[in-house]
Amino acid sequence: MSPVKKDSTLIFERSTPGRRAHGLPELDVPEVPLSTLLPTGMVRGTPPALPEVSELDVVRHYTHLSHRNFSIDEGFYPLGSCTMKYNPKLHEEVARLSGFARLHPYAPDDLAQGALRLLWELGEELSEISGMDTVTFQPAAGAHGEMTGLLLIRAYFEARGEHQRTSIIVPDSAHGTNPATAAMVGYKVLTVRTDPRGNVDLQQLKSLMDDTVAGVMLTNPNTLGLFEEQIDEVSEIIHRYGGQMYMDGANFNAILGVTRPGDQGFDVMHYNLHKTFTTPHGGGGPGAGAVGIKQHLAPYLPTPVVSHADGRYFLDYDRPQSIGKVKAFWGNFGNLVRAYAYVRTLGAEGVRNVAEYAVLHANYVRARLKDTYNVKYDRICKHEFVADGTRQKARNGVTTRDIAKRVLDYGFHAPTVYFPLIVEESIMIEPTETESLDTLEEFIAAMIAIDKEAAENPELVKTAPHTTVVRRLDEVRAARQPDLRWQADR
Amino acid sequence: MYPQDLKYSQEHEWAKLEDGLVRVGITKFAADKLSDIVYVELPKVGAELRFMQPFGVVESVKAASDLCAPISGTVVAVNEPLTQAPEGISADPHGAAWMIVVKPSALGELDQLMDASAYSKFIGEG
Repeated sequence: MSPVKKDSTLIFERSTPGRRAHGLPELDVPEVPLSTLLPTGMVRGTPPALPEVSELDVVRHYTHLSHRNFSIDEGFYPLGSCTMKYNPKLHEEVARLSGFARLHPYAPDDLAQGALRLLWELGEELSEISGMDTVTFQPAAGAHGEMTGLLLIRAYFEARGEHQRTSIIVPDSAHGTNPATAAMVGYKVLTVRTDPRGNVDLQQLKSLMDDTVAGVMLTNPNTLGLFEEQIDEVSEIIHRYGGQMYMDGANFNAILGVTRPGDQGFDVMHYNLHKTFTTPHGGGGPGAGAVGIKQHLAPYLPTPVVSHADGRYFLDYDRPQSIGKVKAFWGNFGNLVRAYAYVRTLGAEGVRNVAEYAVLHANYVRARLKDTYNVKYDRICKHEFVADGTRQKARNGVTTRDIAKRVLDYGFHAPTVYFPLIVEESIMIEPTETESLDTLEEFIAAMIAIDKEAAENPELVKTAPHTTVVRRLDEVRAARQPDLRWQADR
Repeated sequence: MYPQDLKYSQEHEWAKLEDGLVRVGITKFAADKLSDIVYVELPKVGAELRFMQPFGVVESVKAASDLCAPISGTVVAVNEPLTQAPEGISADPHGAAWMIVVKPSALGELDQLMDASAYSKFIGEG
């Protein structure tokens, strides 16, 4: 028997007939047969096949599972484009205040003034930070925010009778959700290339833009972690033909308090509150994809809109041009409480510090690693940078996938790999502002050590990870036969 | 490595003229770049293709890409078994893993494609 017990049984497999986690006292009232309470046919003949386990079985099983999860609370998580920053525990306390956590979503406005005030003030804060005029909090997460934003743009053009606008321009560096969103909203997607400096190719943008285009979806800084140096020209080209500028706020962390999308010419943007404004995400909890807009799009906002008059907050449903609801109730409210706590804790200067440290950290790691790993677009980056494994692959066939797997053996989460698609063997690193210099040094040392291993003992890296509970997963089978259901008879 | 009797597009499809029909697939370069392919979506027989417009999708564990038609025309045959076992594309991309056969409507378009040595240079292997 192995000295280390690696229990990988499912809770169903731990089941022992008759084992219980509870004991009820004897019934001291007359028993009423279920068949007299429920219609025939609604009562099941056999009990459901639930696991029969003790309380301790349950506690150990789930505690054990929780140890297998990797989270920001456990270690460094430089997953590019995901902003895996530390989420202060204070926010959990605040979100659990019973006045917020136990408030019924149908509570009348008069009994929900605190919650409505929070929504109103958070909207004001996010408008100030982004240079937008108004914010809606309904969308559940980023891609949902994108869809809401494009529906607003579509409603705007429909109201103006500009039905000929049938396409949206998306850069080749975009998150995959951008073209997917545009297609889902009914637009044709036109792809614009990235130029040699990592910006949108202005010449091609000019050739694509005309009055049949509804607008452009840009991420700024883009997915290469680079600020769009010609954003003013982009805005001018799009607006000259009456188009709308959509900003994917996935990388908003990089520019908080420094520059504002609203001042760069964007008409609408989404914020990933769960990333930039801290809530556990990436399997750790739900998202929150607020959408900020310029005033000309306000008539089309999802209903209801939080409003304020005579010292009282209320939900305004009288919005005849609204695109309608995009989610039940008022969005993922708990996350909005966390975002509010975050902004209020930091204050204006603190918000700016977030971006400054996020950018400093990314540039420090980039500068330290660029002699070891190729950096295709090597200039001052924002909150993240894209290195790649092309040198290692050319040297002796160690790929980016191998390197990422080896990172796990060093106790870190792997960086994002093979995205963005325009960089071969890409390794996308986003350290975030919340890490110490010590942690950054440990990660840099690990990346340099892995390169050395790849040169001297490539098999070690090609067969990594060696220390994890499971080794290499069968990605093809996972994609083609995603069979995740436990069945008793197998 | 790249057969002389095929023509190649910048989007990494190949086209092969066979008795007036054109057989189409993706190049070994594309298959290698995509790595493990998990899904292929091909048009139905009878579908009309336009030169360098998407006719299908190939998806790997890394990325999804459009397949672009290296020739205009009508689809007359589809390699159906490929959609059931797309992981096999990497094994023989220029042969058994052909995707469709097209009855061309503008055969001259083939002249706009690259020959084997130009394509090898294009992908940096020439």
